[in-house]
Amino acid sequence: MFKKHSTEQHITFRELFMKGGLPEKLSFIIMGFSNFANKQILKGLIFLVAEVGFIFWLIRNGIHALAMLQTLGTKKQGLVYDPKLGMDVLQKGDNSMLLLLFGIAAILICVVLVVLYIVNLKSARHIFELKAANKKIPSTKDDLKSLLNERFHQTLMTIPLLGVLFFTILPLLYMIAIAFTNYDHNNLPPKNLFTWVGFHNFSNVITGDIASTFFPVLGWTLIWAVVATVSCFLLGVVLALLINTKGIKFKKVWRTIFILTMAVPQFISLLIMRNLLNDAGPINALLKNIGWISKSIPFLTDPTMAKITIIVVNLWIGIPATMLITTGIIQNLDQEQIEAAIMDGANKFQIFKSITFPQILFVMMPSLIQQLIGNINNFNVIYLLTGGGPTNSNYYGAGSTDLLVTWLYNLTVNTMDYNLASVIGILIFILSAVFSLWAYTHTNSYKEG
Amino acid sequence: MAQKKPINYKAQKKRNRAIVYTILTIMAIVWLFPIVWIVLNSFRAEGGAFVPYIIPKHFTINNYIKLLTDSSGNYPFVRWFVNTLIVSVCTCVLSTFITISMSYALSRLRFKMRRPFLKVALVLNMFPAFMSMIAIYYILKALDLAGSLLALILVYSAGAALTFYVAKGFFDTIPMALDESAMIDGANKWQIFTKITLPLSKPIIVYTALTAFMGPWMDFIFAKIIMGDDVKNYTVAIGLYSMMTKTTANSLFMTFTAGCVLIAIPITLLFMYMQKYYVEGVTSGAVK
Repeated sequence: MFKKHSTEQHITFRELFMKGGLPEKLSFIIMGFSNFANKQILKGLIFLVAEVGFIFWLIRNGIHALAMLQTLGTKKQGLVYDPKLGMDVLQKGDNSMLLLLFGIAAILICVVLVVLYIVNLKSARHIFELKAANKKIPSTKDDLKSLLNERFHQTLMTIPLLGVLFFTILPLLYMIAIAFTNYDHNNLPPKNLFTWVGFHNFSNVITGDIASTFFPVLGWTLIWAVVATVSCFLLGVVLALLINTKGIKFKKVWRTIFILTMAVPQFISLLIMRNLLNDAGPINALLKNIGWISKSIPFLTDPTMAKITIIVVNLWIGIPATMLITTGIIQNLDQEQIEAAIMDGANKFQIFKSITFPQILFVMMPSLIQQLIGNINNFNVIYLLTGGGPTNSNYYGAGSTDLLVTWLYNLTVNTMDYNLASVIGILIFILSAVFSLWAYTHTNSYKEG
Repeated sequence: MAQKKPINYKAQKKRNRAIVYTILTIMAIVWLFPIVWIVLNSFRAEGGAFVPYIIPKHFTINNYIKLLTDSSGNYPFVRWFVNTLIVSVCTCVLSTFITISMSYALSRLRFKMRRPFLKVALVLNMFPAFMSMIAIYYILKALDLAGSLLALILVYSAGAALTFYVAKGFFDTIPMALDESAMIDGANKWQIFTKITLPLSKPIIVYTALTAFMGPWMDFIFAKIIMGDDVKNYTVAIGLYSMMTKTTANSLFMTFTAGCVLIAIPITLLFMYMQKYYVEGVTSGAVK
């Protein structure tokens, strides 16, 4: 049913130019000409409008946008002596940030046009080949029809992909480009210009001034990601097993109690936790009233204590999710195998260790890897609970509990070091990619899944 | 477990059950405590953010009245609520449309760029979303949209194109034979999509729509960057969050908890309704 068309032999564009008639030849210069010549008016019009529009844009803005990409602006905002007037006048200056953004957008537009140009040539070639084989050339109506059939994927995907292009790819390219500039708090447009600096930011983060912040934060990010994922998983499995113990009544009620906590939006539950755990908060007050402690426990204000608190609070959030998922797996376990094991004299722990747990692990592995990556990027828990604090004077722009992502956020919003933030974003990406690749090649569930 | 005497199984079982019940009860208390505490606080009449006891001394509904009437004018909760509703309904419609068409195309249709695209999507998803946050803000500013609700709708919906995994996993499980037999009967792909696949896909459409609907109620970081200081265009999440800044955290705490309760109720109900899809999504969609 799904034959691959790519195996068909086509003539090259060079041959098309040599052998083709005038319409085909002109198609190389005037897009859509061959379509017009063969009564595919709508298609030809689309190509032609695209080309004319592109040339018009190129002359008006495009060339300037592309040219400015080299320097990212040369005119600084400020007072400049105007010899005509004989006095200083305010010069508007270039905005490096906008120049970079427009430059990248211009490159994307050029890429889109190149793609269209190739599509245009392919279309001309297609018509040429149909003619050579004495077949009917599809009319506009046929073309529109094929959008609902052979080319239905184009109909479905064009709008979503435009969204991806403008709101995912363009911003990403922009931020990646920023990593190679000196766009920091000293070079903020529109007041100042920034320019290309090559790999300077990367060396700064890995071996330079920022390394003394980067590596501790990276270390804590990794510890946090592993501990948070593993602890939530193990305790979630235990909870699911407890609820599914034979003879326990109201299983559904128990489950609902825990699922209820999952449903509360995180920004609410975490802000409340921050309040509960405050030095002057209810939990400390309660413990003092009972007389267990005389001084407040610094749940969120002591660096080590804060890290432990974060992991424990994260259990509150993560355990129900694991419980919910593993319950389904436990209920579908092969009961005969377990009964056979009991017959052979295995105790409950042995059954768990050798039968139940490995099966749960097998099904959960892909989602565990995703959780691990999710935890590397877990913004909410840290930001809402401690805000990265307590402050650490040894770090640049980060607190003791900051993860790479929250640090990235601080760098963009507070200290305005966009270049460093971009470098860290890229490094986070590399980290996630390495984990995923490793998981992809080393785990059984992926291989068999 | 090599005991000589026959064990009293009944007694042992009973003891085990008692232990399990105890653990479950303690855990349930720990898990429910913060939620109960929010609700109690929203009815508390006296004190500020921190009081050294759990159960309020005086109960009142004034916190809710204060929240809904917004006497100070700085925290227009009703307005935020309407904003969020507009954004989430529009996002819901657009995202569902986008996610379902993307996942259907990538699951059921075969075309040249399919595999490369799946790989590119995987790579794009690995960049932290915050990295491009600032750039998105400037793009919206260049389009003269920053600070408007339309901007939020655009950003949330555009993100939907790369969250097709769960729905794709669902479409993958519908037998291809259905499509083939329809094709033999002369249906084109559009007809197969609308007349055969979509009616079968109600659960995944509901799931996609509800997730998209819930997003704007919970996200506060993107919304905050896009909205800046424009308080009247805030969504509920940023609005409530802004009530907890250092200067107002103490005086507005009970009002804040009242807002939390009002938001948490609908979200919780929706979530309870769709939890079974959630499980399917995590365990099946993840692998492929």
